[in-house]
Amino acid sequence: MLKINNLHVKLEEEDKQILKGVDLEVPAGAVHAIMGPNGSGKSTLSYVLSGRDGYEVTEGSASLDGMDLLGMEAEERAAAGLFLAFQYPVEIPGVGNMTFLRTAVNAQRKARGEEEMSAADFLKLIREKARTLKIDAEMLKRPVNVGFSGGEKKRNEILQMAMLEPKMCILDETDSGLDVDAMKLVSDGVNALRDEGRSFLVITHYQRLLDHIKPDVVHIMAAGRIIKSGGPELALEVEHNGYADILSETA
Amino acid sequence: MSAVAQLKQTALADRLAVLESPAGGAWANEARADARARLEAMGLPAPRDEYWRFTRPASLNAPVPVPAAIFDHGCEAPVFGAVDRLTIVFVDGVFDPDQSDPLEMAGIEIERLADAAGKDIHWVRELYGKLEARGQAPVERPFAALNTAFAADGVVIRVTGPAEKPVNLVYRHENENSDAMLHHVVKLEAGADLTLLENGPAAARFNKVLEVEVADGAAFHHVRTQGRDHERQAVTHVFARLGAESIFKSFTLTVNGRLTRNECVVEMKGDNAVAHIAGAAMGDGSDDAFHHDDTVFVTHDAENCESRQVFKKVLRNGAVGAFQGKILVKPGAQKTDGYQKSQSLLLDDDSTFLAKPELEIYADDVACSHGSTSGAIDEEAMFYLRSRGVPELIATDLLVLAFLADAIAEIENPAIADDITGRLDAWLQRRRS
Repeated sequence: MLKINNLHVKLEEEDKQILKGVDLEVPAGAVHAIMGPNGSGKSTLSYVLSGRDGYEVTEGSASLDGMDLLGMEAEERAAAGLFLAFQYPVEIPGVGNMTFLRTAVNAQRKARGEEEMSAADFLKLIREKARTLKIDAEMLKRPVNVGFSGGEKKRNEILQMAMLEPKMCILDETDSGLDVDAMKLVSDGVNALRDEGRSFLVITHYQRLLDHIKPDVVHIMAAGRIIKSGGPELALEVEHNGYADILSETA
Repeated sequence: MSAVAQLKQTALADRLAVLESPAGGAWANEARADARARLEAMGLPAPRDEYWRFTRPASLNAPVPVPAAIFDHGCEAPVFGAVDRLTIVFVDGVFDPDQSDPLEMAGIEIERLADAAGKDIHWVRELYGKLEARGQAPVERPFAALNTAFAADGVVIRVTGPAEKPVNLVYRHENENSDAMLHHVVKLEAGADLTLLENGPAAARFNKVLEVEVADGAAFHHVRTQGRDHERQAVTHVFARLGAESIFKSFTLTVNGRLTRNECVVEMKGDNAVAHIAGAAMGDGSDDAFHHDDTVFVTHDAENCESRQVFKKVLRNGAVGAFQGKILVKPGAQKTDGYQKSQSLLLDDDSTFLAKPELEIYADDVACSHGSTSGAIDEEAMFYLRSRGVPELIATDLLVLAFLADAIAEIENPAIADDITGRLDAWLQRRRS
């Protein structure tokens, strides 16, 4: 599904290398987690994959189902099936949540040469998906993320994911700012989307989230590279001992 | 006489040479002569006038207008077409009875100015040109005086209760060389309520004055769209005087137009009055030219009044937007709540926004503030939208509509607000295709 080879990335504005040779492969249907200390390049990886401006790829490649991601615009990547659940979902005053989602769903359909969804079908679908995420009609009407609590914002991300039905979902610290109940709700939403044709890359600081969204593989990222990969037990090791042991062992 | 004063007088003399005083009865002749005297004392604007620094008056001063091509609306639904309303049509500045509804409606008296000028209607006589004259100090507004002196047509409306439905003034532009002047007078008696809608370009060059007296407890809602003819030019003035507990709300949508100067002068004379003045303008400098100027002057001369100015402009390809907004709080106007916001969204580096917010306060217990910003599309929001699959051009338009939303939110009637939003949306969509 997702294949990253020797990816090197620096900031466009300053001559600062952030990713220094990331290799990663997430097969279809798999859930991979990336953990790592602050500043290790986890969020940068998610932004580079989803096409945010401000980064320069100096070496390496990234592909989704064989398509070169790095040569595509952000909206083309989305239409190809990539989705990033933001760590800090953006507030957009003046743009209604429903309008936003309907525009996104139909733009993706159009890009894929599919028929657009009718207003009635869209409404029916979003109500059903919103209900399972405990998102009320009022939240759907409000401007995108404006005045939403931290938990509401994250639930809104999962709702978007559920509506857009991407193939490859990247969750960037989706657990940050969530209390235990909210984390459960969000995780349930993610788990409901697990499917043999859909893959997940879950970026997190804490093992907690991985109790709910069980990963197949856990990667540890530090200083712009993946330094260790293993099973779910690797996350437990980090939880107990921190990153120091792993860092010193691979140094 | 100074060189500038000489310029102003020369410009006026050139203009007066081609104008004729309209026919009218005694009071109208007197009001027009008074206006002409005011005008002769000031002359027409010159480039160095303090309130004409952002906008060049030359094409508005000129004896004849620059011709403007007629915009083809195709099969588009008329603006406000879905609203049940009384329609009054002017073609190139002349009332057209055949296209207009009969001038009668429950709750109001209504007549065309050309007729009223020949009769002695006390409330018209007491109002025509009077608010315009009050609005000439401390800032001169020569085009308004010119209008009072020479406008031959318009409507006069007296509202005695809640008007049965909105009155819609429709300004058609059919002659590429037309130079139109209209002068409207609206008097709302205590407790009356009227929605006035205006739409259309009116002429190649349009000079319009609207004088509105809002008595105690009355409410006046005003929504206008200025017509999409790319080459049209307009200079408009609204003069309003507000009584106690009264409400005045005015919203203007402007897309296209080579040159537009909209002035709004509001005087709050009774306690607890509310005045909201809003505008949304969207222009593309590559369609001929786009220069839009909002000049607003709100005077608080009573206690506990609220005034809001909300002006938003979306500019691209060399379009120019200007805002001059003033709040004057007179001595004794305690508990004033005055606010002005003027913002521009610049879609490229070639466009310009000029803003001059002014507060002048002579009372000590007031809350007055202003916020003026100009900026580009928010990159965070743009990336968020694109990451969900929304293409850049559509994302830009969503953010443009979002930017204009708080100005449109000043329209109280939801059906009219939807009409305005729908038109903006359609305009943006057409540009994309």
